[in-house]
Amino acid sequence: MKLMYILIFTLIFSLLLFAAVETNSAEPNQPTKTEQPEEETPDVDTIITKANFVAYYQANDGKAKVNMTITNRQGQKRHREFIILRKDIEDGGDQKYYVYFLKPADVRKMVYIVHKHTDKDDDRWLYLPGLDLVKRIAASDKRTSFVGSGFLYEDISGRSLHEDTHELIETTEKLFIVKNVPKQPDTVEFSYYNVSIDHENFVPVKMEYYDKQNNLYRIIESVEIDQIQGFPTVLKAVVSDLRTGSKTEMQFTGVKYDIALKDIFTERYLRRPPREAIR
Amino acid sequence: MIHSKTITILVTIGLAAAFSFSPLAKANDQNDTDQFFKLPPIEVHGFYEIRAGYRTRKDKYQKDMSLMESRLQLDLASYLDWADLKCKADIIGDLVTEQADFDLREAYIFTMPVGFIDVKAGRQILTWGTGDLVFINDLFPKDWQSFFIGRDPEYLKAPSDAIKASLFTKAFNLDIVYTPRFDHDRFISGRRISYFNSNLNRLAGSDAVQHTDKPNSWFRDDELALRLYKNINNYEFAFYGYRGYWKSPSGQTANASQAIFPDLNVYGASIRGNLAKGIANLEFGYYESDDDHSGKDGNIYNSELRFLAGYTQEIGKDFTASVQYYLERMLDYSRHKDSSPFGLARDENRHLLTLRLTKLLMNQNLRCSLFTYFSPSDKDAYFRPNVNYKVTDDLAVELGANIFFGDYQNTFFGQFQNNTNIYTALRYTF
Repeated sequence: MKLMYILIFTLIFSLLLFAAVETNSAEPNQPTKTEQPEEETPDVDTIITKANFVAYYQANDGKAKVNMTITNRQGQKRHREFIILRKDIEDGGDQKYYVYFLKPADVRKMVYIVHKHTDKDDDRWLYLPGLDLVKRIAASDKRTSFVGSGFLYEDISGRSLHEDTHELIETTEKLFIVKNVPKQPDTVEFSYYNVSIDHENFVPVKMEYYDKQNNLYRIIESVEIDQIQGFPTVLKAVVSDLRTGSKTEMQFTGVKYDIALKDIFTERYLRRPPREAIR
Repeated sequence: MIHSKTITILVTIGLAAAFSFSPLAKANDQNDTDQFFKLPPIEVHGFYEIRAGYRTRKDKYQKDMSLMESRLQLDLASYLDWADLKCKADIIGDLVTEQADFDLREAYIFTMPVGFIDVKAGRQILTWGTGDLVFINDLFPKDWQSFFIGRDPEYLKAPSDAIKASLFTKAFNLDIVYTPRFDHDRFISGRRISYFNSNLNRLAGSDAVQHTDKPNSWFRDDELALRLYKNINNYEFAFYGYRGYWKSPSGQTANASQAIFPDLNVYGASIRGNLAKGIANLEFGYYESDDDHSGKDGNIYNSELRFLAGYTQEIGKDFTASVQYYLERMLDYSRHKDSSPFGLARDENRHLLTLRLTKLLMNQNLRCSLFTYFSPSDKDAYFRPNVNYKVTDDLAVELGANIFFGDYQNTFFGQFQNNTNIYTALRYTF
């Protein structure tokens, strides 16, 4: 009798084990969230890779109109408006960006192209229509302001994951909080930054930058998020500079993914913006 | 101004003709025709500017006031299904010349007859080559007068009345620019800026305005410029060819009564790409003075070899520096020397160094820049400091200077010493 119990138990246990292995191996093909077993905390590399993907690499390409409002401490406002198009060469890797300026009027019709590289300096071109001039931009420092706003070049096109070490410092009910420490501290103005990432959709909802004295001085928040064509998308982001008291709000409209963008990231389209890019 | 008006009329006729004779204009019924010509709303932009400048040194041939003008630029753009249309014109009230002026900057039609060809026809601004305020293979017209008296750098490029066809293939890209009638530079004639007059052997200005004999007939005195280019791993390679004329007076008639624009062919190449932390560029051009191959004629410029090497790098936050070395070498120097009046022969080599420093401050609303030309062989220099502040998104104020130094009064920048000026401007953009 005892032996029989043991046999039955062993059989059931084996079956369960077998079933578990089966489910596990089948999981990549059917990644439905409901079927996932007990929610486990993924490792930090998985979290930041997913968050990086959600923030910068969704779909193969995309387009959006961006309205920026820069407000200084005195409350004076400046506006920027441009159309931005993106095409990925490789997920998590190289990308191309096309920026067509609409406002302010003195930069209207300027075009800016970036070939972003994760392993070397980006290639950048600027087209000045008044002079019909294609200028190559020497800009090795990605941590400079984009169009005079609180956003830096690196905030727009993404900071390479290899440049920091990452540590999951806290897991709250909704958020993973990852601390990122630069491998080459001399090349940046911060000592570290914390990113809060949503468990559900891996959208980075908040980034907090700490200076060399470990004081919080800069915050980027995703204040409006929506699903567009099934992709969680930040529609409004705000950067606050706690030292200068200035604030930049970036609003995205007309967001579209997978628009079958051809290679418009060349001198031809720098000199002559294609209609699909500007209307 | 008559020239301007004639061209304006011609361009208007040209644009109208482009509409009616287009191969795409095969619409049969009235509705289609309406659709074909129907313009969406016209975008209107532009700016209004007041600009004033003053000479800091006395020039007995010019007014003390180097610049005093108000300018309205209107930039109109629209599009049809098959083409883009653009018209940009300046209306200027000029208190130095005491006249109103009209400058049609652009008036063109752009179309893509097939997927791999772009065509732009009409009045347009054209630029290519790798130099920064130094030009070798860019033989499109320049307006040196505007540049030296302190107008916006945009005005250094004068418009061309041309047709530009661009061909894009996997193997290479090709630009062909045909200018049916020679478009010369808006050169220094003495009217606004004094220059060294070699016949008088002294500085001259409004007392001796240069008279020129221009190649002026349609389709015979034409220009052809080509550029074959390719981007390989973001290194930009280009080959250039030009057949036309020296763009500024580069010789004179045998009786020395008129300055001339002798025939010129140019062949050149350039490369631009990343180097270390910055961008490097190399360019050269062989200037073949086609009316005087042997260099014997003292009245016509020698053939030349021109070479340029440049490097740009970001050296601090929002702070960029760029340097260039430029060489003009005469190819039949001994003949030039033999045929020039005593003491007036140029040097065989003209070496030129340039330095550009640009710093952005106050959230990039304040731009401080300095561009310097310095020639160790001519012993002259030209400094262009400029400060531009954007008071609001629409309103900018500007302060700058054009400062010339030179040991001799017959060198390129040395001759303009008395033109040294400061200027200020206020611009409202809409």
